[in-house]
Amino acid sequence: MLKFTLAKLARALLTILLVMSFAFIVLRLSGDPAQIMLGPDAPQDAVDAFRARWGLDDPLWQQYLAYLKQIMTFDFGISMRDQSPAIDLVLDRIPATLALTIPALLLKIAIGIPAGIYAALHRESIADRGVIMFAIFGFTIPSFVLGLVLVLIFAVTLGWLPAGGQDGWEYAILPIATMSIGGIGIFARFTRSAMIEVLGQPYIRTAMAKGLPWREVVWKHALPNAAVPIVTLLGFMVGALIAGAVVVESIFSWPGIGRLIVVSVANRDLAVVQCILLVIAASMVMANLLVDFAYGVLDPRLRHGHAAH
Amino acid sequence: MPFVSVRDLKVAFDGVQVLHGIDLDIGRGEAVGLVGESGCGKSVTWLAALGLLPGKAKVSGSVTVDGQELIGASPRRIEAVRGAKIAMIFQDPSSALNPVHRVGRQICENLRLHRGLRGDAARAEAIRLMDIVGIPSANTRFDLYPHEFSGGQCQRVLIAMALAGAPDLLIADEPTTALDATIQAQILDLLSNLRRQTGMAMVFISHDLGAVSTVCDRAAVMYAGRIIEANDISQLFAAPRHPYTRGLFDAIPYLDAGRARLSLIPGTVPDPRHLPQGCAFAPRCARAGDLCRDYQPELKEQAGTGLTACFHPIPTGSASRQEVFA
Repeated sequence: MLKFTLAKLARALLTILLVMSFAFIVLRLSGDPAQIMLGPDAPQDAVDAFRARWGLDDPLWQQYLAYLKQIMTFDFGISMRDQSPAIDLVLDRIPATLALTIPALLLKIAIGIPAGIYAALHRESIADRGVIMFAIFGFTIPSFVLGLVLVLIFAVTLGWLPAGGQDGWEYAILPIATMSIGGIGIFARFTRSAMIEVLGQPYIRTAMAKGLPWREVVWKHALPNAAVPIVTLLGFMVGALIAGAVVVESIFSWPGIGRLIVVSVANRDLAVVQCILLVIAASMVMANLLVDFAYGVLDPRLRHGHAAH
Repeated sequence: MPFVSVRDLKVAFDGVQVLHGIDLDIGRGEAVGLVGESGCGKSVTWLAALGLLPGKAKVSGSVTVDGQELIGASPRRIEAVRGAKIAMIFQDPSSALNPVHRVGRQICENLRLHRGLRGDAARAEAIRLMDIVGIPSANTRFDLYPHEFSGGQCQRVLIAMALAGAPDLLIADEPTTALDATIQAQILDLLSNLRRQTGMAMVFISHDLGAVSTVCDRAAVMYAGRIIEANDISQLFAAPRHPYTRGLFDAIPYLDAGRARLSLIPGTVPDPRHLPQGCAFAPRCARAGDLCRDYQPELKEQAGTGLTACFHPIPTGSASRQEVFA
């Protein structure tokens, strides 16, 4: 078990390192921050001074090594734009993003999973067809379209809710709705098919044949088995708590991580972009680790790292 | 009155009739074999009786247990029969146990349902049952998961679960098909012994005539959703009357048969969607006449030799290799 855990951790760190290195190189190859920050008409000596100030004149590998050394001491660099530590900028924005993504995730779970279970238990009923239709609608409509449609209906036409900004809880309603509708559909669809698969297994027939009431068959025998694929999806969504709101934050002018990354990439604010990607990679990797351990808890066949690779 | 009485039981899936009116009685303590090829309706008969078929299956007819009707009964009433009066074990033991629950816990579930045992009392009784069905060091294996057991041991666990409800009838649905030959023999022994000790009745569903002959008193042969012959084991084996039954016996390989080819029944089992008119076996039958191709023969008593559904049954006393076997 210890060996399994250490191997998982080592792989998680390697993943983060790869993401960081990739971001580092791509950002530096994709445009000159000095030109973008100072504008196309900036005098050459100002550009040179800027490049020297941020070490952009050094060979790429030297910059890379310096960056790695920095990271090892938990120094995530200074924003070229704000001159303040990148990590502070990022941490400042995380609560705003989580204020959207956590309620959205809870809604996805609270509505999507029960809807999927209900649909699976009432296959081919009107309710089942309704769930499938909603699910397909939910995950095929892009969030930028859905967001704008919701704004059009509830903000512009009805005037019930604000169209954007962050001035109180009512400002969060439309962004959360936009984000959760797709996820509810995905959860419902996924849960439905996981349950249908499990309900067709021989051990369900055994549980019925022993005289268990149907409710207990579903709760004690079907759900624990359907939980494994559902947890996979859940892990994916937990990993996206920080990164998952880029489009929605932009539509609703919500000052979260998503907006910060859009602005920082446009400005080639290297330290900030790298810091955000690091936080996102770390959250994804953490979620994956949690899922791996959850597998072991849920399914004894996956314990001791047998099939968790 | 027989313990279980099946009358004109019919089952259709999506409008396709797969069971064409089964009549069968099981007396208390009796062991009855149900023989036939895959898809002939052996298992469906009992899954239908216990309400274990998927919702899209259309079931009609009557199944009574102790005089109580099961077809169309409320879920609560059927649940009270399942496991308590009629227990069932299945073909693939490894997948018939829930992979995420400990084996002991799955047995305890039956004990809670049918005997109200919980906690330590349930555990002690479950271990006793595991002992009875021949699981070594049951005490330490109580907390293991199904994937830590072999197929034969999983079947023993399923048998222990079935015994937990002290049923009057055990339906064993091809209990040895997925197991190695040596394990098959052990499980058959176990089932025979348990029946002798507990006095429960047993329905043994199998396509293995040898297995049926060692376990059962009586057997019914099924073909394409109908019972086509039923008789005591000894008479059935000594003098099969239906040409299909005879064909099954002739297809059994014998050690002393030398290099002679096995005799086969020509053709294949008809698709339930396109059953021939008349006797479903007629297209494959050497004895079939015009009558057979137009009318369905009824299952009826044939002069002292059990029930046969055939217009041209094989005369008694004709020589067959089954004398060796019986």
